[in-house]
Amino acid sequence: MSDAQAQLLVMFIKAAAIYGGLLGCAALMTLAERKFSAWMQYRIGPNRVGPWGLLQPLADGVKFIFKEEVTPDGASPWIFRLAPLMAAVPAMLTVAVVPIGGEFQLFGVTTQLSITNLDIGALYVLAIGGLGVYGVILGGWASNSKYSLLGGLRASAQMISYELALILGILSIVAISGSLDLLQIVEGQKGTFLGFLPDWNLFKQPLAFVLFVVATFAETNRHPFDFAECEPELVGGFHTEYSSMKFALFFLGEYCAMIVMACLTVTLFLGGHAVPYWADAPWWIEAGAFSAKAGFFLFLFIWVRWTLPRFRFDQLMHLGWKVFLPLSLFNLFVTGAVISL
Amino acid sequence: MSEYVGIAVMFVLAGGVAGAMVVLGSTLGKKNSTAVKLEPFECGNEPLSLPMGRLTIKFYLTAILFILFDVELVFLYPWAVVYRDLGLLGLTEMAVFLGVLIVGFLYAWDNGALDWQ
Repeated sequence: MSDAQAQLLVMFIKAAAIYGGLLGCAALMTLAERKFSAWMQYRIGPNRVGPWGLLQPLADGVKFIFKEEVTPDGASPWIFRLAPLMAAVPAMLTVAVVPIGGEFQLFGVTTQLSITNLDIGALYVLAIGGLGVYGVILGGWASNSKYSLLGGLRASAQMISYELALILGILSIVAISGSLDLLQIVEGQKGTFLGFLPDWNLFKQPLAFVLFVVATFAETNRHPFDFAECEPELVGGFHTEYSSMKFALFFLGEYCAMIVMACLTVTLFLGGHAVPYWADAPWWIEAGAFSAKAGFFLFLFIWVRWTLPRFRFDQLMHLGWKVFLPLSLFNLFVTGAVISL
Repeated sequence: MSEYVGIAVMFVLAGGVAGAMVVLGSTLGKKNSTAVKLEPFECGNEPLSLPMGRLTIKFYLTAILFILFDVELVFLYPWAVVYRDLGLLGLTEMAVFLGVLIVGFLYAWDNGALDWQ
């Protein structure tokens, strides 16, 4: 096997493994969501399919495939079909640049545990991740239902408003690291800060961290900002008219987006796969550390959902435009001033 | 360019799996549609109006404001990457650039463009 072939093979294996892991995590999240909500409400949750209900996501998937698919009268047929793909695929694509673990050897090729490593990784995540809003608004528009349309409009207004805070949060990290390369951002967080803390951006950018985490909640339409779905007002939001596997794809996309956002938070603020106080950890320990950190943020998504009440839509927009945007700009300016002085 | 091969592989994988899901769902699911079932949802009533009517202007306003700030932030990215080399000059230049836009932001705020009622 030549060198180029080996590299291509390694690329395929990594892509298949990471994509499979992403889908597996998304499936597990649907179960974890129900399990944790059950425990928080003193219930048992799904426990019939497999041990602890572990096979429940699989059963759900099979059920979704065999359900009847309804396309409402007057729906725009092709956009109606394409919208779930446009919502789910960008979320899955963004995981390609997230560095999950350090270097390792496979078939004589030294490689990183990430599908690929772009020098504009942070920009790529924002550009591709931002495309998800098209699936949401087109899905709402193509359904020919007023609830869907309103849900789609609300979701897109919310996503673009909080995208600004997200972009500004990443910007201040980029200004610190001097690179858009996610791997270099992680490398810059190895070592210690003030002698005893791990050198994570979390300690240098606490305000950006808080703004970023809240913005990820709004960006993925999660509680307390889930106005896209908001059952009491909009029935089901932009996917009111969707059924069968298309409905499931919207949810798959949402869970994939949550996973990517958790990974991104870890990469930007919590040192990514860097293990604190152990600079040359083997790659599988680094991958484990990364999973543990990302797992915490995934748990946070569920935890917050069952703890906080939902905001009102005007409160959400006020928070985004009148609090988060000025605070993020202020944070960026202070960051710039501190770096140059 | 070799880094982008991974993106292409990922695109084929993700698009293929998601596309297969949609195709499988629409071929394997049973079809038994009636005129009532195909109506857009309206809590069981006949639809009163079609959704393509009037909408509040706020959504458009938000979108326009977003484009304004998004373009602004795109300019900030190259600045942030080379910021350490630019030093104090870079900070001043960006303060002027942001200052002009913040004046516009305050104007929009003062005019109630950010109020959602």
